[in-house]
Parts: sequence; structure tokens; C-alpha cells
Amino acid sequence: MKKFLFKGILRDKGRSLLPVIVVSLGALLTVFLYSWVTGVLGDSVEMSSNFEGGDVKIMTKAYAAESNQFPNDLALLNVDALLEELHSVFPEVDWASRIRFGALADFPDSLGETRGQGPVAGWGVDLLSENTREPERFNLPAAVVRGKMPEKPGEVLLSEDLAARFDVGPGDVFTLFGTTMEGGFSFVNFVIAGTVRFGTTGLDRGAVLMDLEDARSAFAMEDAAGEILGFLPQIHYDEDLAQEIAARFNDHFNQYTEEAGEDAEFSPTMLTLSQQEGMAQILVYSKAVSAMLIFLFVAAMSIVLWNAGLLGGLRRYTEFGVRIALGESKSHIYRSLIWEALMIGALGSVLGSVAGIVLVYIFSARGFDFSGFIQNATILIPGVVRPAITPAIYYIGFIPGVFSMVLGNMLAGIGIYKRETSRLFNELDV
Amino acid sequence: MKYTILLNISLLAGVLVPGILQVPLLAQDDRDALLLLEKVDKNLSSESRIFESSMTIHGRRSDRTLTSKSWSKGEDSALTEYLSPASEAGTKMLKLGDNLWIYTPAADRTIQISGHMLRQSVMGSDLSYEDFMDDRKLTEMYHAAALVKDTLRGTRVLVLDLTAKVNDVAYPRQKMWIDAEKHVPLRQEMYARGGRLLKRIELYDVQRIQNRWFPTRMVYKDMLKTGGGTEFRIESIVFDAEIPAYLLSKAGLR
Repeated sequence: MKKFLFKGILRDKGRSLLPVIVVSLGALLTVFLYSWVTGVLGDSVEMSSNFEGGDVKIMTKAYAAESNQFPNDLALLNVDALLEELHSVFPEVDWASRIRFGALADFPDSLGETRGQGPVAGWGVDLLSENTREPERFNLPAAVVRGKMPEKPGEVLLSEDLAARFDVGPGDVFTLFGTTMEGGFSFVNFVIAGTVRFGTTGLDRGAVLMDLEDARSAFAMEDAAGEILGFLPQIHYDEDLAQEIAARFNDHFNQYTEEAGEDAEFSPTMLTLSQQEGMAQILVYSKAVSAMLIFLFVAAMSIVLWNAGLLGGLRRYTEFGVRIALGESKSHIYRSLIWEALMIGALGSVLGSVAGIVLVYIFSARGFDFSGFIQNATILIPGVVRPAITPAIYYIGFIPGVFSMVLGNMLAGIGIYKRETSRLFNELDV
Repeated sequence: MKYTILLNISLLAGVLVPGILQVPLLAQDDRDALLLLEKVDKNLSSESRIFESSMTIHGRRSDRTLTSKSWSKGEDSALTEYLSPASEAGTKMLKLGDNLWIYTPAADRTIQISGHMLRQSVMGSDLSYEDFMDDRKLTEMYHAAALVKDTLRGTRVLVLDLTAKVNDVAYPRQKMWIDAEKHVPLRQEMYARGGRLLKRIELYDVQRIQNRWFPTRMVYKDMLKTGGGTEFRIESIVFDAEIPAYLLSKAGLR
């Protein structure tokens, strides 16, 4: 019977074409919008990961306890050896050393006296290595407003708002006044290579980005780093994988610290993004919002396709009457209706999901650039967003596509059992 | 400068350390307290002074010692030059009135420190720039009220409760344990306006120098910081010495 029904669907376009198109569109929209919602929220998390926390972050335990104050006197030491071990044990993770700092930017007048001063929050990141991905993580090339990226030691990027406030620009020199890792004075002159605007008030108020080696030199942190960030190969944050890596790392170092009798306070510890200050709430919120939006959309799509199935069933009212009149049993008609709905739903879902997945892959690679719309944003949100490629995109389209179609037809088919043979000739105007 | 090392002295009311003998002073009036504070000022203040000192900062991870030489004249002018370690050698801090400048040979820049920066730690120590700057006499800054007789580290002390009488002091209230015979503080506690203990100084090794008593070792503890405190030692000190005028000017920075 199934083969007969399938042939009927293929040959009778009037019966199948419109439902298949409707189901395909529904599945396509479901797949794409699911990826979109997941991607937008995932990109926001990813931005926090790029700027602040990585997918995993290594600090000393003492530093981690006060990390919002950038306590570089508690920074990681022997970083080169640690990185070598990390590359060997976790080769799939991209590791990046960073130094965060708070300092005072002092802008001199023509006589070298203080003309103006402003507090800055700074990053020492790898800007000058050949294969560094740090500028990409900070979206720096696109964020440069005036000047250029630093090309040699001693050149830094300064936030445009701060530069404008003190009337400085590319080529000007200022002195960074901070504290060395040991607590001593740090006075270093830097040349402004370019100014940047990230589009968020917090960062644009006063940010300095310099090469990691410049920061190490300025703050006497040779072979040291405040934090080492690890970035997983996946575009969007994968909590399970991050937790697995962190557990392996922490087990290893806890054992090593215990055996070596070293001070546990200064031993390295790895935190996942969700374990870092403030991020757990953001991730929970992100997941909750994502789940709610997806539920609402899938429910709405299900109702649309359920109605399509219902109307499709009702449209065949006359046909069912003729079939009953010809002696076909009601239960056989009902079963055939459900089988047809299942086949149409499956066919439409496959076509729609394939189309949706293709679109997701295309736009995931290209991204949507909304940076022009969020120039005055006051929170950390990404300028370019991408739909997310997750395992769910391969099945989410089938929820409204198959189940709703079948459910709609099941409801419509109940009418078959209410038909009475004695009244069929009247109904059919025979 | 009264004592660049002792820094300002503010103190205030609070609860005495349990276990220390306490006997309320009967009929001790504010005039007695003021007289005592004047005697403290007489020991600690001078027209000018030149001293060499070492400052050991007991950090969470390691200790670090800096040495410096300081020149000060009156309440408004002081210059400190760091002598070691090599990374800090040649760095100078100049105070003129309410202004503070730092010169560093590494950047060859003179930078003015002002505003909230004055409350920041100097060289990672338990002392702030404000601590370094305030050299006024105690009697100019505080009203004194006598609290109790006491003993501290085996020495008879009088405990004064000081409340600021001017607005521009770093610590609105202080509590000061004063050696009853030598009239120098042996302990100071500095409090915020709300009563929170901000800093504690323990003073040791009181020596007779040029006809006055002067503590030559002080341990500062910023109560809001982790770490083991900062120990300040006077290696040598000369009171009422001649200081060339150029030294206490911006020209003296370079």
C-alpha cells in the first residue's frame, strides 16, 4: 500500500505539490531561524570569549580570585614552558598569553610636562607575530578609526574617544604610568599607531592595546602572563568540551603541585568560560532566551503546518466519500491518509532541511555585518553575526514538518468516521 | 616634613586590643591631650631634614627592598630619590605644596600625580602618595581627646583619640598610642569617616637623635590590602640641615 501511496503522491501533483512546498518552506525557516537565534546569542558569548575569557582561561589561583583587578603581581610565571606543555597535551586548542592592566595615560605638552591624564584599561596581546589570531579576535582591522595597526614594538592602539579627549592621534607619543609585576613604577613612552572604536562605551572610554612583548617589558613580566586563554576549534562555545579540557588540566596540575610541594596559591588553574566571573549568568540567560525563542518559533511553525495538514484533509472530503461509496473501509482510508501525510511531511522536511542547511552554511561563512547599526551600543555585542552550525539543524526541521503534518491530517481524518453511507449519495449529488 | 616616613598621622576612636591593660584617665581634659600632641609634634617635626631609608615591601609572593634618600623643608617641600634596586634608581618624587611630581629616567618624563591617583599605593607598598605628602603638624590637623592609660609592648602609653579639624586630611579619625615618657607614637590606627580601619602603623626602635626622640622603624599595614605589610627603616637622619633651594624645585627632578 505504501508503494502505491508514494507513487500516487508523485504522480498526482495536485494532491502533493502544494503541501510539500508548504512543509519545505516551514522546515527551511525552522532550520535557518533556529541557527540564527543560536548564532546571534552564541556570537555574543563568543565576543566575551574573545575579549575576556577565552573558551578556557588559565591563571594562578591567587590571580583568579581577584582577576577583575588585574593583579599582575600574582601572574603566571614560566609561561613558555607551560605553553609548550599545553601545545603538546591539547594540540586542538589555540593558546594565547595575555596581560591585562590598569594604568594612567599621560599626554605631554611641548615641554614634556603633563598636559592631560586619563585612566586606561589595557591589553597586552600578541599583535606582531606572523600567525597570530589575536587581532582577528578583537576585530581590530575593522575597529581602526585613524592610523594603522601596530607594526613594530613600541606602537600601540588607543581608543578613539580617549584620543579625541586629549587631542592626540597617530604618531603622537604618550607615557603609560603603571605598576610593574613587583610593584615598582612603570613609566614607558609609546607611539600611537592608530585609534580604535569597538562600539561599546566601556571599552571606548579608555582602552590601550599593545603587543604582548611590549607589555612584558613595561611591567617587568618576562616569561610571565596574567592569563593564558584557550580557544576551542568550534566557532561557538562548547561547554562540555571546555569542561572536559579544564578537568584534565586541573587534575594534572593539582597532582603536580602536590607532588612538587609548590605553593598551591600560585599554581595554575583552568576555568571554563562559564566558570568565570559573571559569565555563568550570561550563558544561562543566553541558553534560556535561545530555548524560549526556538520553542515559540517551532510551536508557531507547527500550528501553521498542522493547519496545512488539516485543510489538505478537509479538501479531500469528496474523494473520501467516493472511496467509501466504492466500498473502501473507513479505517483503510484513514490509515492511507496518515501514511500520505507522513510521506509528504518527510519529503517536505528533507527538502526544506537541506535547503535550510545549505543557507546556514553559506551565511555562516559570510556572516551578516550589523556593525553600522550598533555604533552607539553600550554593551559588548558583536558587529558581525553568523547562524550557528549545530547538530540540531539536521533534525529540528522535522519537528514541525512531519509531526505537525501528520497531526493535522489525523484530526482532519476523524471526519471520515462520521460519514454515513446512506447519506453519501446526497452529499455527492449523485 | 614632619616625617615623610611616618606619613600623616591620623587616628581615631575604636576598641582597644583585648588583653592590654586599660585604665581610664580620670579628669583628663582636652587641654592635656593637646599638650601631649604638641610634645609629639616637637619630636617628629623639624624645619628641615635629610635622611636615608630602606623600605621593605612584604608582598604575597616575595619581599622587595628599596632604598632612598630624602630631603624635606617645612611642611610643603620634599624630594625623595630612589637609590636601589637598579630598576628604580634615579626615580624621584617631588612634593611642592599640594602638588606631586614623579620623574623617571627610563622615560625621561616628569609626570604630575593628582586626583584619585594620590590614594594609590606607592611602589606596591602599604603607603599611598597621600601618606607621603601630608607633613603637617598633628596639632594643625586634629582635635585631640585623651582616652586611656595603657601599656603597649611593655611600655606605658597614653592613647589619644584624634578627630580631623580640617577637611583636607587623608584620614578623618586616628587613634594613637603615645609613649608616656618619650612622647612618640608607638602605634597608630587610621580610620575612614564611617569608622572602617584603613591603616595601622607600628613604630619601633625609638632613638635619641639631636635632642629629640624619634622612631626609626615603622611597619605599615594597609588593612584593605593582602600582603605582609611594609617595613620602613631610617638608616640615618639629620634634622635642621641646610638644603640647597634648587633641590626642592622642579629643576631638582632631573
